[in-house]
Amino acid sequence: MSSELIITIFVAGIAAGTTLVFAAVGEIIAERSGVLNLGVEGMMLAGAVTGFLVNRQVRAPWLGVAAGISAGATLALLLAVLVVSFKANQVVTGLALVIFAIGMTGYLGESVVGVPPPVTFNRIALPGLSDIPVLGRIFFVQDALVYLSYVLVPATWWILFRTRTGLNLRSVGESPETADAAGLSVTGTRYAAVVIGGAFAGLAGAYLSLARAPSWVPNMTAGRGWIAIALVIFATWSPLRAALGGYLFGSVEALGFRLQTVGFEVSTFFIAMMPYLFTIVVLVLISRGSVQRRLAAPSALGNAYLREER
Amino acid sequence: MKPAGGLRPRLVKRLLPSRRIRVAVRLIALLGAFAVAGIFLQATGRGAGAVYRAMWTGSFGSPYGQAQTILAAIPLIFTALAVAVAFRMLLWNIGAEGQFYIGAFGATAVAYSAPDWPRWLLLAAMVVGGLVGGALWGLIPGALRAFFGTNEIVPTLLLNYVAILLVDYMVNGPWTDPATLGFPLGKPFSESAILPLVGNTAIHSGIYLALAAALSVSMVLSRTAWGYKIKVIGSNARAASYAGFSIPRNMVAVMLLSGALAGLGGMVEVSGVVHKIQANISPGFGYTGIIVATLARFSPIYLVPMAVLFGALVVSGTELQTLGLPSDIVLMLQGVILFFALAGELFVNYRLVWRAGTVSDHPSTPAPVSNRAADLEQAG
Amino acid sequence: MTSAIELRGIVKRFPGVVANSNIDLELRHGEVHALLGENGAGKSTLMSVLAGIYQPDAGSILIDGEPVALRSPRDAIQAGIAMVHQHFRLVKPFTVAENVLLGARTSWLLSPGRLEAEVADLAQQAGLKASPSARIWQLSVGEQQRVEILKALYRKARVLILDEPTAVLTPQEAEALFVTLRSMAADGRTVVFVSHKLSEVMSVADRITVLRGGKHVGTLETASTDEHRLAHLMVGRDIAFESARAPGEAGEIVLRVDDLHALSDLGLPAVRGASLSVRAGEILGLAGVAGNGQRELAEALAGTRPPTRGRIELYGADLTRASARRRIEAGLAYVPEDRLGTGLVGAMDATANVMLKSLSKHRRGPLLDYRSAARRTKDLVEQFGIKMSSLDAPVRLMSGGNLQKLLLARELSSSPRVVIAAHPTAGLDVGATEAVHELLLEQRASGVGILLISEDLDELLMLSDRIAVMYEGEIAGEVSADDADLERIGLMMGGTGADAPPMAAGGG
Repeated sequence: MSSELIITIFVAGIAAGTTLVFAAVGEIIAERSGVLNLGVEGMMLAGAVTGFLVNRQVRAPWLGVAAGISAGATLALLLAVLVVSFKANQVVTGLALVIFAIGMTGYLGESVVGVPPPVTFNRIALPGLSDIPVLGRIFFVQDALVYLSYVLVPATWWILFRTRTGLNLRSVGESPETADAAGLSVTGTRYAAVVIGGAFAGLAGAYLSLARAPSWVPNMTAGRGWIAIALVIFATWSPLRAALGGYLFGSVEALGFRLQTVGFEVSTFFIAMMPYLFTIVVLVLISRGSVQRRLAAPSALGNAYLREER
Repeated sequence: MKPAGGLRPRLVKRLLPSRRIRVAVRLIALLGAFAVAGIFLQATGRGAGAVYRAMWTGSFGSPYGQAQTILAAIPLIFTALAVAVAFRMLLWNIGAEGQFYIGAFGATAVAYSAPDWPRWLLLAAMVVGGLVGGALWGLIPGALRAFFGTNEIVPTLLLNYVAILLVDYMVNGPWTDPATLGFPLGKPFSESAILPLVGNTAIHSGIYLALAAALSVSMVLSRTAWGYKIKVIGSNARAASYAGFSIPRNMVAVMLLSGALAGLGGMVEVSGVVHKIQANISPGFGYTGIIVATLARFSPIYLVPMAVLFGALVVSGTELQTLGLPSDIVLMLQGVILFFALAGELFVNYRLVWRAGTVSDHPSTPAPVSNRAADLEQAG
Repeated sequence: MTSAIELRGIVKRFPGVVANSNIDLELRHGEVHALLGENGAGKSTLMSVLAGIYQPDAGSILIDGEPVALRSPRDAIQAGIAMVHQHFRLVKPFTVAENVLLGARTSWLLSPGRLEAEVADLAQQAGLKASPSARIWQLSVGEQQRVEILKALYRKARVLILDEPTAVLTPQEAEALFVTLRSMAADGRTVVFVSHKLSEVMSVADRITVLRGGKHVGTLETASTDEHRLAHLMVGRDIAFESARAPGEAGEIVLRVDDLHALSDLGLPAVRGASLSVRAGEILGLAGVAGNGQRELAEALAGTRPPTRGRIELYGADLTRASARRRIEAGLAYVPEDRLGTGLVGAMDATANVMLKSLSKHRRGPLLDYRSAARRTKDLVEQFGIKMSSLDAPVRLMSGGNLQKLLLARELSSSPRVVIAAHPTAGLDVGATEAVHELLLEQRASGVGILLISEDLDELLMLSDRIAVMYEGEIAGEVSADDADLERIGLMMGGTGADAPPMAAGGG
């Protein structure tokens, strides 16, 4: 394999991975507050279709992104109402949200399936940075949303681990009783974390339909929301490691399709399976020797909180 | 109850959730979902009345629709049973969709390799093919969970994509029917690979398999020592290992059974309805099965009528398509029904009590300090 | 002088139980006030009402004579009330400083050095020796308790409530805690000390309020009362203080444990070379502060936790690698500390729980023989005097005492040869405790070897023939019950060598 090919794989890997990075970072925020958001896939779909439709109407991709973010956040709010206020089971609620979103986005996007968008995000070479040998071409000849992820990922890490807001959020996910006794609002924190997480998922979806593969196809996220959830475990709930993992997973996705272009004789169907199988293999590998991981997981993940439970 | 000024709502857990409230909550959830979806349809410019009328005609409202409803309920019974069995052990099998596809795959492999066998022998072999295929697909996440501790939720789901791609590959390649000029369809099954119809109805005899499966699962879960064991494991895994039950072994067994049930669903669908293998053999039966099982509280018996209800929803989507309306409405509606039911569960498990700031005027007399008092009495 | 706090007519109901029925309580400035009552008397509930965690169904709260509404823990903190719960409200992966400053109004940016400097002074006052940058999970339980006190001091609490604070401490640590509490009271604060132990209450409190069955039964000056009077108030009758153990003849060794090692749930070493032996017809008491490997040892013996090294023998047969099933068949009964978490299945009825360990006796082929199990359950319920609303109700609805009796009934009716009983009376009231003690002594008399794990030294002294002490996964020492000396056991519990001479109450 030539070095040129390897670079193209990584360039495509960053682009493919960015969707996963946005979604996984959002999921980290939600899970750090103790809420397992299994609705990511649905929120991504909502972000994708809304972003696409709005961009088509107003011909402004950034407005599309904003709309996608709001769509993800809105669905997340619905999830928060059910799991935080109504204390519904987090697994079923997440699934219900995905099923609902597949239906809703299919309905809303029915008229624009396969229609090309008027404007999309294009690659911009960052002056100076893109001249760095190898790395410059991989990281700094990308579209604006990829650059946005370069800012959002470290910012999220910094807020989670270096500010009071992050400390409060993490305390709610580790021990809601303690947070409550310290006078913090468990309910408020969880709502905020879930909605912000949903906004990230919406952004991830909008990235797909406006930049990565500019179009709308029903169910176009194709399980990436679930891969993002696996990525969170892989990243031991750290946004920085999630970015790393996202690019790794993205590169695996990119690898398959590049292999084909150089005349590797494998059916597209088997190549399309690779990201799913890779994710399962990674999940198995990390669930062994997992003392560290068990310490890293938020202790109250998945549990509803009611003060007067007895 | 008057929400006067100063009164605040508070949740009080019910000791034993009442069955009557549970049924009421389900009914209200159903009505609420249709109302909300109706508003959404109206708002997006499709007359809710017309849509609902079409849905009724396509399902319960016509003899043809009724038969279609039952035909759609059959695979749902299988996938919902798969979900319910796994949930006995608190395992979330959201991979019934994939197990369904691999079951269809296994049955098809049998049907294509021995098309000339006598009907009953071939059908029996296809049943085995479906069971084995589904069981293997369920075994993968089950074994990973049992031996490596990998949570089953994400693997079961991702394996759905893999299963669908595998069937896609087969119908676009090895099994493709040259007569269809490149459409993703397999060759038609031989006559003996097709399930006979029940009497002179349009319903195939897979319905007997579905009902028998529901009954046997119910019996196994409630009457056998194994059913008791997996219930203990599901209710309290610590107590189970304390009593000497092997959790990994039973976990694998449960996922094998769960996958086999969904796989049998796939066999029944290709042999009873489609009569060949093709892409998209399931409009999400695996996912709808999760909703059916959840709403039936994972009871193998109650999920049968629930599957009929959701079978009606599924086929009413087809009717919408023939009218040029998107069938996605039906999927959306399923989600909304589940939202309502989930929200309603709060009122099943908790009582909402209105109380004032610091002092209240409860008219009820204090209940006796029953259990603790009994201890004291007995000691004294 | 107005009272610091006044509770008037507090009523708190839970489904099926009235935990507090019309309770009045008055707390003064500068006093250590003990709240005495047996388990289930309503002490914790009352204090949770005062800490803003529970909302009372009726009644009012006055602070310095002013009525207040404490709708949340935040309200209580602002009113100067802090509570140290039995289960600490600490975030385990956070540092001491982060825990103290959680919810406090300090700068938005966290710079680790500054956080720790901010709490360093107060840490000394709270008697905390660990560094403020240490993570909670690295601290001993006693140290974690000091972090809770530190939190209260940092929030300038004027009223400090401690719920059963000595349950997790060695006698020496408890003494040191009393010193800290007295000095806090001397500063004008109000300390509420919740306990069911008479001797502790007598030694630390200025005044004592006794609750029984959710009702207030009296408030007394410590100086003008004694343990017998308090005991009578607490239980409603006289109780025996002396040992109930009849002299017995210990037989052959039935359970031998040699150099056993096992890991905790997190995969860290928890049992680190424990050796002990139990003879037929004797009770070996195992003392120790919670978290020193007792639970892991019990589970390794029962077969639910694989030993990493060492040997377990039951009647001379090597059972080190045997499954839980085989050990049960070999005559090992295990009464786990966590009744509803391990011993019983809360969601199932009594019959289903009774057949849990004798499934082979209640089946016909693959089918369950529910009827024979129900018959056996009915017999046990009568024989052991278990009270329950119905045989078909989920057992989680039963009271702690009846749950424990059901668990013991199941374990003991299988005619075991060795019984491991972990904290069998934790959370039980006096009546149920006595019943459990009698059952264990009956087993001893009939020649069963018993390993009794408990944190209650009084209980161990009363029942055991010998007492071994577990510290950091090892057996730190062993004494015969007849010449057992509380101080020496306490020192071993705290990790001071068994053979060291008793030192003056320093470091403790």
